[in-house]
Amino acid sequence: MMPFALWFVAGVLIVALTIYVLTGGADYGGGVWDLCAAGPRAQAQRDLIAHAIGPVWEADHVWLILVVVILFDGFPPAFARIMTAMHVPITLMLIGVVLRGSAFSFRSYGLGQDRARREWGRVFSIASLITPILLGIIIGAIASGRIPANPHVLRDFVTPWLTPFCFGVGVFTLAIFAYLAATYATVEAGAVGDPALADDFRRRAIGAALAVGVIAGVVLTLSIHGAPLIWNGLTHRGWTWPIFWLTTIFALAALWALWTRRFALARICAAGQVALILWGWALAQFPYLLEPDLTIFNAAAPVRTLDILALALAAGALLLLPSYRYLLIVFKRDRRAAVAVATPPPRD
Amino acid sequence: MTHLIAARSQMAMSLAFHILFACVGIAMPLLMIVAEWRYRRTRDEVYLLLARRWAIGAAIMFAVGAVSGTVLSFELGLLWPHFMGWAGAIIGMPFSLEGFAFFTEAIFLGIYMYGWDRVSPRAHLGAGAMVALSGVVSGIFIVIANAWMNTPVGFRLVGGNPVDIDPLATLTNPAALHETVHMTIAAYAATGFVVAGIHAAMWLRDRANLFHRRALAIAFAVGAVAAILQPLSGDASARAVARLQPIKIAAFEGLFVTGPHAPLAIGGIPDVGARRLRYAIELPSMLSIMTYHNPDAVMRGLDSFPENDWPSPLIAVHLAFQIMVGAGFAMAALALWGAWLAWWRRNLFGSVWFMRALALAAPLGLIAVEAGWVVTEVGRQPWIIYGVMRTAQAVTPMPGLYITFPIFSLLYLFLGVTVAFLMWRQVMASPTSAELAALAATEER
Ligand code: HDD
Ligand code: HEM
Ligand code: HEM
Repeated sequence: MMPFALWFVAGVLIVALTIYVLTGGADYGGGVWDLCAAGPRAQAQRDLIAHAIGPVWEADHVWLILVVVILFDGFPPAFARIMTAMHVPITLMLIGVVLRGSAFSFRSYGLGQDRARREWGRVFSIASLITPILLGIIIGAIASGRIPANPHVLRDFVTPWLTPFCFGVGVFTLAIFAYLAATYATVEAGAVGDPALADDFRRRAIGAALAVGVIAGVVLTLSIHGAPLIWNGLTHRGWTWPIFWLTTIFALAALWALWTRRFALARICAAGQVALILWGWALAQFPYLLEPDLTIFNAAAPVRTLDILALALAAGALLLLPSYRYLLIVFKRDRRAAVAVATPPPRD
Repeated sequence: MTHLIAARSQMAMSLAFHILFACVGIAMPLLMIVAEWRYRRTRDEVYLLLARRWAIGAAIMFAVGAVSGTVLSFELGLLWPHFMGWAGAIIGMPFSLEGFAFFTEAIFLGIYMYGWDRVSPRAHLGAGAMVALSGVVSGIFIVIANAWMNTPVGFRLVGGNPVDIDPLATLTNPAALHETVHMTIAAYAATGFVVAGIHAAMWLRDRANLFHRRALAIAFAVGAVAAILQPLSGDASARAVARLQPIKIAAFEGLFVTGPHAPLAIGGIPDVGARRLRYAIELPSMLSIMTYHNPDAVMRGLDSFPENDWPSPLIAVHLAFQIMVGAGFAMAALALWGAWLAWWRRNLFGSVWFMRALALAAPLGLIAVEAGWVVTEVGRQPWIIYGVMRTAQAVTPMPGLYITFPIFSLLYLFLGVTVAFLMWRQVMASPTSAELAALAATEER
């Protein structure tokens, strides 16, 4: 009989990761479309993305920090092991995080010549392309069950993640982020009353949706060898089939809604699809945090720590959720007015 | 460079970089909302201009603070996995609470920065106040975690492992109070002095400029109050350290010999080989008096501790302490000078010499903050958790840190130079008095 607090903490962990992927992930995807901006409306595409990300990216980013904090407060041995064996890809990812965040704000607020700003824009979009791949590689390595408990030779620090499966998950993550961003952007463009721009992103969203489907097939095939636990979990456990079909339904619904220009519906379906993919992964490897030996039970902090962490998370949520909602309402409702007010903030 | 030294250097460099942005993140929102509030009260457009300009500068600092802070939360695990695996369940508490403070801060920052015309004036000022408050709260929680590393509580050691963990006890660890108070004041003092110093330099070039006068008045008011309080708070810190970590105070002072009538050292270089402090000015008995209010009180010197527990490099601790205290007294003196000008001469801008001194003193606060952290952190060595776990036991087995350390250093150097350049451009783009006059003229029409 495990304490309620443990379930709660593990639940919040996966929910926080989900929200990070759905919000922060889309911010990265936005950077990808910034890089791929093309056609007669290239500048308008970039501006739309900048306006969409500007007010929210720092708040979206904190979900990642929350994931890290819950992991080391609630499951310290798992945190220590991941951070040790994944040192190299995490370091690379951090460089991406640093460059992307600072380049975005340098571009937004760095007065002055267009040339410097364009350069920062490039740094921002290239970092947005690479960071999600690294995040995916890390997730892939965790899922593969090959993270050694006591790495001591150099090989142990690269073999767990230098595999086709992990790179597959990396590319998959990038495709998902780009898909989310393009789908959200159709709504944003519709809200500012620019159907042509919405159509640009509609085409991108459909392309990304198809790419997500194809890459998902490839990753699943790679998982037979690359992550046997996941593969077994997906194919041999009763609960995973409903999730599989539900994901497929959401995916098809999103595609249909994009096709028929029901953008608001498409956004919900795409978000639902991505959340289900994540939960499918979580359920497939449940109760393992790290195969073969660390489960959410034996890696958990003592009960008293979990109780207090659960309380803190609940109290924090009471404070946080209304504020976060307020932020989204202020900036995501009535977007027409938002663009009229030129961001970056008026320079007087 | 040994493995451990590489890890320590990378941690120190990352923290030293982050703390600059953290100080701005704590104190700058206060300056912004004071300016905005003055505008709402007086309808003087200069204040609004000021609030907006400050907000743009702060937004860049915030973004770099957020990303460098993210690096830190991973680095705790990347560099010190045994420490985090061992202590995560004990000190995770302040970190999780801090996470929520960050959230609040980032949310309301978005509203403040992009919401000038989208929310009511009240809500806007309120959002600014939330940013200011949550900045302070995040600083307090993280420093509580650091204080726990100095005075670990909330668990029992059994066979080298912690049992009976009480995470709430970490929040009230013995060093928490003096460290959080001293750090929070430090952030206001450092930020206030940087901002005031920059505007003083600009004022010296364009003396009728209302923009710089108003900016300077606000920043100096905040910085001066903090700078006057800081030596008092520092004195309390010193006495607490003498009680909680006596070896540390011996290292601050370069005090090698135990005994009564311990002298207070000014300057000097500790010579570990000869076990004495060279070239220092020593004020007899002062250390005993300051610490215990009694010249006969016995102060423990380094000789009463095993040599492998001595902080190293000792010289860094001692010099950093001298730098911090020196900067602290210089800032307090400037603050009093300014207060005297403002009250008795009724004109803060009445003395060009004062403005020159203020411009020169701009970096003093940040220097003191960096030095203060060297005092605290190097002074804690060789322990990562004082008296419980040695830093050498905590370090990651991952080889090749001598590669990541220079990579992060170069990255931060590049970012630092860029931020400095962008800030310089912001300052150079501030309005001249001619432009302000034109602004006022359009107002009247
Ligand atoms: C504006 C910055 C600033 C200024 C002017 C001062 N300090 Fe400081 N000091 C800090 C900024 C700082 C700090 C960076 O914020 C530290 C590091 C850890 C902490 O709690 O505060 C610190 C630490 C620190 C410690 C160590 C606390 C510990 O290890 O637990 C002592 C004993 C003092 N200070 C004492 C002083 C004294 C006697 C000052 C006299 C003027 C002084 N400080 C000025
Ligand atoms: C005395 C030391 C520290 C103080 C006073 C401090 C304070 C602050 C403050 C006020 C902020 C928000 C302002 C800004 O973004 O610029 C911030 C950001 C951050 N800090 Fe620190 N910090 C310290 C050390 C650390 C350490 C050791 C860690 C990691 C373990 C850390 C992690 C973070 C993170 C993750 C953020 C970003 C939050 C966001 O996304 O908005 N900080 N810090
Ligand atoms: C932001 C202000 C801070 C600065 C400038 C700072 C500075 C330093 C320095 C100079 C070192 C290296 C000491 C040495 O190895 O000789 C260090 C180590 C370290 N600090 Fe801090 N520190 C700060 C705040 C914090 C906080 C708030 C925490 C934790 C909550 C923290 C955790 C650590 C850890 C884990 C190490 C590495 C282990 C060790 O050397 O003992 N620091 N820091």
